[in-house]
Amino acid sequence: MAFEQGEGSMQRNPVEKLGETGLYMLQDMGRMGLYLLLALKGVFRRPFRMAEFMRQMHFIGAGSMMVIFCTAASTGMVLGLQGYYSLHKFGAEGMLGSAVSLTLIMELGPVLTAIMVAGRAGSAMCAELGIMRISEQIDALECMAVDPFRYLISPKFLAALVSIPLLTALFDVVGIAGGYVAGVHLMGVNPGSYLEGMRTSVTNHDISLGVIKSFVFALLVVWICSGRGYFIYQIRGAGFGAQSVSRVTTQAVVFSSISVLIFDYLLTAVLL
Amino acid sequence: MSEFAIEFKDVTKSFAKQNGGRQMILDHVNFSIPVGKTTVIAGGSGQGKSVTLKLILGLMPVDSGQILVGGEDVTGLRGRSLEQLRTRFGVLFQGSALFDSLSVYENVALPLRERTSKSDGEIREQVMAILTQLELTGHEEKFPAQLSGGMRKRVGLARALQLKPEIMLFDEPTTGLDPVMTQDIYRLFARTQEQVGYTAMIVSHDIPKVFNLADQVIVLNNGKTDVFASPEALQWSREPHIREFVESTMGEIYQSYLVEQ
Repeated sequence: MAFEQGEGSMQRNPVEKLGETGLYMLQDMGRMGLYLLLALKGVFRRPFRMAEFMRQMHFIGAGSMMVIFCTAASTGMVLGLQGYYSLHKFGAEGMLGSAVSLTLIMELGPVLTAIMVAGRAGSAMCAELGIMRISEQIDALECMAVDPFRYLISPKFLAALVSIPLLTALFDVVGIAGGYVAGVHLMGVNPGSYLEGMRTSVTNHDISLGVIKSFVFALLVVWICSGRGYFIYQIRGAGFGAQSVSRVTTQAVVFSSISVLIFDYLLTAVLL
Repeated sequence: MSEFAIEFKDVTKSFAKQNGGRQMILDHVNFSIPVGKTTVIAGGSGQGKSVTLKLILGLMPVDSGQILVGGEDVTGLRGRSLEQLRTRFGVLFQGSALFDSLSVYENVALPLRERTSKSDGEIREQVMAILTQLELTGHEEKFPAQLSGGMRKRVGLARALQLKPEIMLFDEPTTGLDPVMTQDIYRLFARTQEQVGYTAMIVSHDIPKVFNLADQVIVLNNGKTDVFASPEALQWSREPHIREFVESTMGEIYQSYLVEQ
């Protein structure tokens, strides 16, 4: 045992504990802020790792397509049924296409895509980096004078920033189609009014809002999920070994999902 | 050119404890590692042996004091200067730290791909040469999970030697290996050191076997260091805490080792 120094055995009062928590949160924010800057800087460092970027695109993008497809189809069909039920009360079934498409493009598409990707790819990303950290693989990269940001992190950032907006677009299209099936084929809404309602009510501004949201959410998901894994040793209460990986992975998915919801409100309030 | 590969001058390192206060790991530590020699860092668990390696590599900062590599102060280096410093080292980690998703060949080729401008042909030639030297031919397409502990160490050693390091750092290199494999690994260390001519620093609790390689021994104890010019000097020390260390760590095994010598 190494010898100890200081007031380790003393009980601390609540003010000290509060101060300690505040300091930890400040440190954590600083660490994560610096991490984001280095990861974005790594995107521009040469040589660019095209193979790793493509691997991540496959994992985050192509690998998430089935999950996104199922979620979008289900969400769109539910929206079609619920929308029909509400609009029918006012005799406005013809507005179903407009209601479904606006809800999906501006709101549910970006949010649900980001949350689904956080659960599927973000958790895996966090666990992978956490395991690499505890098995000293990241230390080994640093010791070989290989920048872990350029080598490991930045390809993940770039792949998420490209693939999540594309997955959001897929979500929107499949969701609108699901709404069409439920509204037109099941509830008997006129197909022309569904499509025309969608065409006339969705503006470029609405699409831009959805695109901006999907980029911001992509950044939040990849930043939080990869960052928690990368800093697994610095996270208070994470524990050690396999237990720390499971705890930090859960934390990463929860934090990134909550951040997506908070930023969704903020972006809607600012950009709408 | 300094006669020392690494020097610690008054180095202090402590960690925050979960319940407040600080745990002192290294307390104003001084020692020097001579060029071309093998130094063994010994000490019990939690005495800061691996921390010492991480401080040298800049993987964690010192609280105070200076670390010199080849006479140059490298304390607090960052960015490109730190990357440049690290190219002078080769490191064999306790768990080998091989990349799970890469094959043996890709693991060993990684430093050459990332740090040199060699062509694929040149890289293949160099990788195959080191794999042959370390008796790993035929295993190049395997993944780390398919290898035994001893083979993983050899792959780690092959990767660490790729950039012809001036200084090799070994962190508990024989942990988890059986006695035969341990001897095999030490034999490889001695052989590669003779061929490459690196300075070796071995953190190990595999005492006294590792003493076969040692030119100098440093014992870490309660944040302080005791430096011995040879394993025999350690054994004859009259300091009570060293006597205690010798008896508790080595006991009869060490006596039989001395008789063997």
